[in-house]
Order: sequence, then C-alpha cells, then structure tokens
Amino acid sequence: MCLAVPGKVLSLDGDKGIVEIGNIKREVFMHLISDVSVNEYVLVHAGCAIEKVDEEEAKITMDIFKELIENEVC
Amino acid sequence: MKFVDEFRNNEYSRKLVEKLNNISKEKINIMEVCGTHTMSIFRYGIRDVLPPNVNLISGPGCPICVTPQSYIDTTLTLSDKEDVIIATFGDMMKVPGKKSSLSKKKSEGADIRIVYSPMDCLEMAVQNPSKKVILLSVGFETTAPMTAVTAMEAKKRNITNLFFFTAHKIVPPVMKALVKDKDLKIDGFLLPGHVSAIIGTKPFEFLSKDYNISGVVTGFEPLDILQGLITLVSLISKKDYKIENEYKRIVKADGNSKAEIYLNKAFNIVDSSWRGIGRIHKSGLEFNNEYEDFDALKHFKINYEEYDGSPGCKCGEILKGKIKPTDCKLFKKLCTPENPVGSCMVSSEGTCAAYYRYYKDIT
Repeated sequence: MCLAVPGKVLSLDGDKGIVEIGNIKREVFMHLISDVSVNEYVLVHAGCAIEKVDEEEAKITMDIFKELIENEVC
Repeated sequence: MKFVDEFRNNEYSRKLVEKLNNISKEKINIMEVCGTHTMSIFRYGIRDVLPPNVNLISGPGCPICVTPQSYIDTTLTLSDKEDVIIATFGDMMKVPGKKSSLSKKKSEGADIRIVYSPMDCLEMAVQNPSKKVILLSVGFETTAPMTAVTAMEAKKRNITNLFFFTAHKIVPPVMKALVKDKDLKIDGFLLPGHVSAIIGTKPFEFLSKDYNISGVVTGFEPLDILQGLITLVSLISKKDYKIENEYKRIVKADGNSKAEIYLNKAFNIVDSSWRGIGRIHKSGLEFNNEYEDFDALKHFKINYEEYDGSPGCKCGEILKGKIKPTDCKLFKKLCTPENPVGSCMVSSEGTCAAYYRYYKDIT
C-alpha cells in the first residue's frame, strides 16, 4: 500500500496539479509539498504528491553505479 | 531522467549482484519491513541471486495484513447500515471477516466503492448528499497524511456526510517490538522508503543506538534494493551500527515537514492492535478532539472491541517473520488469493500473496 510512483508535473492549479505518470495523465493533490514547479518530478501515492524527486541526488546515485561498472574488479 | 527505467538497468544489476556476493560469508538475517519491498524483491527475482548466507525475512509492513479481525468485522457491520456508502482501497475487499467479506456484501447489494485516493471521497460525499460516506482509512505514515488532508478539506468545505473508520498505524514502534522479541534474530533492516519520505530517518536511529542493529533506507527499483543490501551487508559484517539513507532522491533526514504538520493537526498517537502481534504502545493514529466528528465509530455509536484471528491462520507468526508462508499448513491448500483465510494472502503486498505468486522451491 505504500506503492508510490514518480511523475512529471504538467500543470498546477492551487493545491491540484496534472501529473504524467508513464503514459497516463491524472489529477494529483499537492497539499503535502512546497514550491513545486511545472516540469519537476513528484512522487505520487494514492492521488497525492508526497515528495519532490531530487534530480541532483538521482544523478549522484546513478554516478555511483556507473563508477562501479567502470572500476570493474572481477 | 524519468526515475524508473534508469534504476532497472540490467548491466548495473549484474555488477551489484556480483558485489553483493563478495562481501561476507557470515550468516546474516535481514528483514525487509515494507510489503512493497517484499513484492519488488520477488518481482525482480532478487531472492534468486542472493548469496546463500543472506536470509531475507518479510516483515509486518502491509497495512491491510496487520489490521485486526475486529476491524474487518466492523466494516461489515457498517456496510449493513441504511444509506451508507463504504469507500475503500481495493485490497480490503476480499479480506475475510467472521461471517462475510466486503466483496460478498457488495454482491449482496451493499454500496461499497473502491477509491484510488482518500480525496476521491470528498466529491463522492458532495454528489450523494442523502448518503453517509465512510472511508476505511488504513495505512502507515505514507497514507495517513492524506486522510488528514481529506478531513481538513471536508471541514473547510463544510461537508458533513463524510466519515472515517481509521486504523492508521505507525511503523517504528512495531519494529521496536520485533527487535525486543528474543525468538527473532534480525541483524539489519531494509527500511521502508516511502514511510521514511514522511518521517525521515531519525525515528529509526534507536535501532543502531539501543540495539546495535543497522538499517538502510532504500527505494523500490532493483538497483535501489541491491545497493541497499550491499550497504547493509557491509555495515553488518563490519559491526558498524548505523542508519544509512540510500534513497536520497526522495527521502530527507527530517522527512516531509508539511506532512508531519497535517498529521499532528488531525491525529493523536494512541496504542494500537496489530494482527497476530498484539497491542503496541503508541503505534496508531486516532482523530483528535477537533476532528472527532469525522470518526465513524463515534458517529454510528459503535462499541468497538478488538479481537483477532482466523482459526489455523499463521498470519501473526508470518508478520513477525518467525515462519515463512510455506511453513503454514493452509498455504496454497485451504488458503489461496481466490479464497483467502488470512489477510496476508489477500493484499497484493501481503507476504503469503507474494509467496503464492512468485515462490519457487529455492534450495
């Protein structure tokens, strides 16, 4: 039940927004997050955005994986 | 970056599996607390590639599974009331009560509707002014803020025909109960990523400080889980007891302060009963005085007494990680997703449902 998926904010209107999740666009409530902008990604759980997705942190994580491949030891 | 496919990369997965298999040879017990983790671990075949010394135990992180029998029976009582609409998450429909289930009640004519979000109930109440809408509000810290927001919106819009039968629970207290259980030997926890998005990492620090148990917050994609396991096995093998956050694209150390404000505005923290585990101090949420008019039990004057159990069902032992579903005599015989005996077989993220769907005899 704690399933949540990232989606891109397409538009905002007060406490609501339209978010694209995969190929689906749906209305999402934004009460729980601050300072969100169009084109940012949010994590959606049961129709509410529960957190913004931090792109910088995602890139850092991906860099760790890339480093792992490049520094192959086996 | 879409934050999904990147974290399912095959090449990286293979490397991470290789790394995971070369850290330690000692026997290590890891509990994945969250039911969504249980499902992801099965779905991506992670159990099949674990080193033989690493034992994954599924924990109590499935809200439907841990909701006691008395709650289910009371939902059935509420569904019998005149002019009532029961709004529920889909997973609740098939959970067997003593005499029936919501699914059977619906087929007999009760007005029971599946909702995707608690907020769907606002319009449902507005569009059905002659009915009373009752939302079955279950879920952990991830879901509870939405119940709070929905109640506050209802109050703001003066919607008086919406009620909530709440059974929200909070996760750290049940983990404390598990680590204090001497029959269970857990060396480390994969911590629930989306609960942590709300509460942050600090509420888990008691694990390392008081019990010498490490924990890693991870996401739900295969690379997240593998990287989380690598960090956790490394910490355990070095006896370096700490709580690490490996899901930083979502989880902040302090959590989501706005969600915490909503929770504090609407709820009191109370003792709560967990199926098969028992009553745990300060592990549940109940509407405070300001929001008690929304409490379905109070509105319908129901004297709610808690009790547990389906005969023969081992859900409790499974939720505590003491046995695996395959150790239960009912599993796959009397208890199947079509005809579940216990809640762990019903919810899509219940441990028994996950084993039923994915388990092969791994020796």
